[in-house]
Amino acid sequence: MKHSTRWLGMLGTVATVSALALTGCSTGTDTDDGSPGAADGELTPVTLQLQWVAQAQFAGYYAAVDQGFYEDEGLDVTITEGAADIVPQDVLASGDADFAISWVPKVLGSIEQGANITNVAQIFERSATTQISFKDAGIESAADLKGKNVGSWGYGNEWELFAGMQKAGVEVGDIKLIQQAFDMNGFLSGDIDAAQAMTYNEYAQVLETKNPKTGELYQPEDLNVIDWNEEGTAMLQDAIWANADLLESDKDYADTTVKFIKASIRGWIYAAENPEDAAGIVTAAGSQLGQSHQLWMTNEVNKLIWPSTNGIGMIDEEAWQNTVDIALNTKNETGATIITADPPKTAWSNTYVQQALDELEKDGVDVKGEGFKPLTVTLKEGGA
Amino acid sequence: MTRTAELAPPAAGKTRPTRGQARRGQAQLRRILTGALGLIVLAALWELYKLLGPADGVVVGGTTLLPRTSDLAMPHLWVMAERVLEPVTGAAAALPLWLVVLQGSMFTLGIAAVGWLVGVTVGLLLALLMQRFRLAESAVLPWIVLSQTVPLIALAPLVRRWGSQIEVGNFSWESWMSVALIASYLAFFPVSVGALRGLSSPDANHVDLMHCYAAGWWTTLWRLRLPASVGYLLPALRLAAASAVIGTVVAEVSIGLRGGIGRLIVEYAGAAGGDPGKPWAPIFGSIAVGLLAAGFVGLIGLFLRRFRRGEVAA
Repeated sequence: MKHSTRWLGMLGTVATVSALALTGCSTGTDTDDGSPGAADGELTPVTLQLQWVAQAQFAGYYAAVDQGFYEDEGLDVTITEGAADIVPQDVLASGDADFAISWVPKVLGSIEQGANITNVAQIFERSATTQISFKDAGIESAADLKGKNVGSWGYGNEWELFAGMQKAGVEVGDIKLIQQAFDMNGFLSGDIDAAQAMTYNEYAQVLETKNPKTGELYQPEDLNVIDWNEEGTAMLQDAIWANADLLESDKDYADTTVKFIKASIRGWIYAAENPEDAAGIVTAAGSQLGQSHQLWMTNEVNKLIWPSTNGIGMIDEEAWQNTVDIALNTKNETGATIITADPPKTAWSNTYVQQALDELEKDGVDVKGEGFKPLTVTLKEGGA
Repeated sequence: MTRTAELAPPAAGKTRPTRGQARRGQAQLRRILTGALGLIVLAALWELYKLLGPADGVVVGGTTLLPRTSDLAMPHLWVMAERVLEPVTGAAAALPLWLVVLQGSMFTLGIAAVGWLVGVTVGLLLALLMQRFRLAESAVLPWIVLSQTVPLIALAPLVRRWGSQIEVGNFSWESWMSVALIASYLAFFPVSVGALRGLSSPDANHVDLMHCYAAGWWTTLWRLRLPASVGYLLPALRLAAASAVIGTVVAEVSIGLRGGIGRLIVEYAGAAGGDPGKPWAPIFGSIAVGLLAAGFVGLIGLFLRRFRRGEVAA
């Protein structure tokens, strides 16, 4: 009998410990979503699915939440972070989010596979993807990549690189394609001659690293940068995507879309005018990036938007067509293209962003930012 | 009743309790020392290889067998240690790195504990079901094995999506529950298989004896099968704890749950170049979580030591 009671005692211990763990968990995550004014019943709840975790790439949306721009429009916006296995356009298409942020080429493939979603605002006018190399490698254009070790993250991030190579007459077989990790160690240690780098992130990671030869941080002069905007194979990146079915059938959703774009644009204008504050807002929202890195990212992202040729968010038909053409005609290492036929008409629309811009301009808001002046950000070691 | 008594370890300790205890204490001390020595050897190997290893690593036929010895690939241990004491970022309000990692570790440990508990419960129930009904064993066991071949990256977004649609009254499914569920998905497997083996482990003549006593299934379970299964169950529980921790960290990355070790690993990875010590901090954090989890199972083993006769090595 003695042993049986011990057995019971053990079960009791396990139950108690786990109950403690359980309660610990639930209280720990309650404060997680950080959406203000959730108690106000009159606001329309809206969920935005990001492409990645909180960072200044999404500064405008976080600023719009923080500054109450969404609330001004009657929206209660919850921002859902992305993750390694979360595909924002799938989350949107399955109805788990109201809007999503994603790159156009990535979404084009999803649309062809049946996701009925619409680009309602092209927030980033320019592409941030580059291919960087150390000066001594002598890689100054896409043609120079021939015979080199070329890094890429894959998963839909490689198309501008392949299009640029194709344009320069370099076959995929002419390079050694190397899978790049989250960090730039492969590039820094010399395994990769030309590494993929976003101007707002990985490029800065290199500039935050000490050059063992000089003992100082690497300088922009140490690097060659192939900018796909200049090579003519840039593709459209961060855009706001909405559910095409609902846009058509649900008048309220269409109205919400305009309001959401309008408030988001105000957020991005705030980020352009107050980059330091915007970076701070993103960090407060839970980003673990260092201070100088966060500010660098805010500043570089601003450069992708401002000055805006047609007004922030307007989809430039020529740029769209260029992206579609590359998606149709560029083959990756397996010989596949992103899409095999032109996307449907519902893939993009300027209707909603036009309405948002008109309303903003009526209020005297500058939506082109012609006078935009970027900061000069000094990076610290490790981005600290 | 007599059966359980027999399953207890021989009463050798009763005659000379003090000597036996002293010997046990000595063995304990030796185990701790060996463990510490192992750590020191590991640390020494790391630094020795860094000092003497080839700068470009050991590469055989284009495949890297051992890493480069550069400060980027293998920072000095003291660089990692120093980094842990410094603040996370240069911001004025930044917490020290060790505190952030500690908070993340506790968060991950909490979720892993929930996942472990759910996994162990489900695993035990499945084992009981399979032990009780032959048909269940042949019907369920292949599926249990098959379940572990589903890759986590396919499972994680599905769990999150299904979870987000659950809303009953005041209860709404939260992301951490998805992570715990994925952890339990990994944790239940060793328990169900181990417990099944343990429950089926009594000799036929022991089972026959229970039959002679006209003991029912429940009595046989309580008096014979459960005590006999302890030796199989403990290693399975330890394995489940490790699986739950790994599952939690991976699922955090996979579905994007903030607050735990997984998120820190992803976010600090970018600093690998400029701040090589930083990405190691959450890795040590996850090791600490794993050790804590294993220690907890060890504690259970302590409670059950009377049943641990002829335990199968983990």
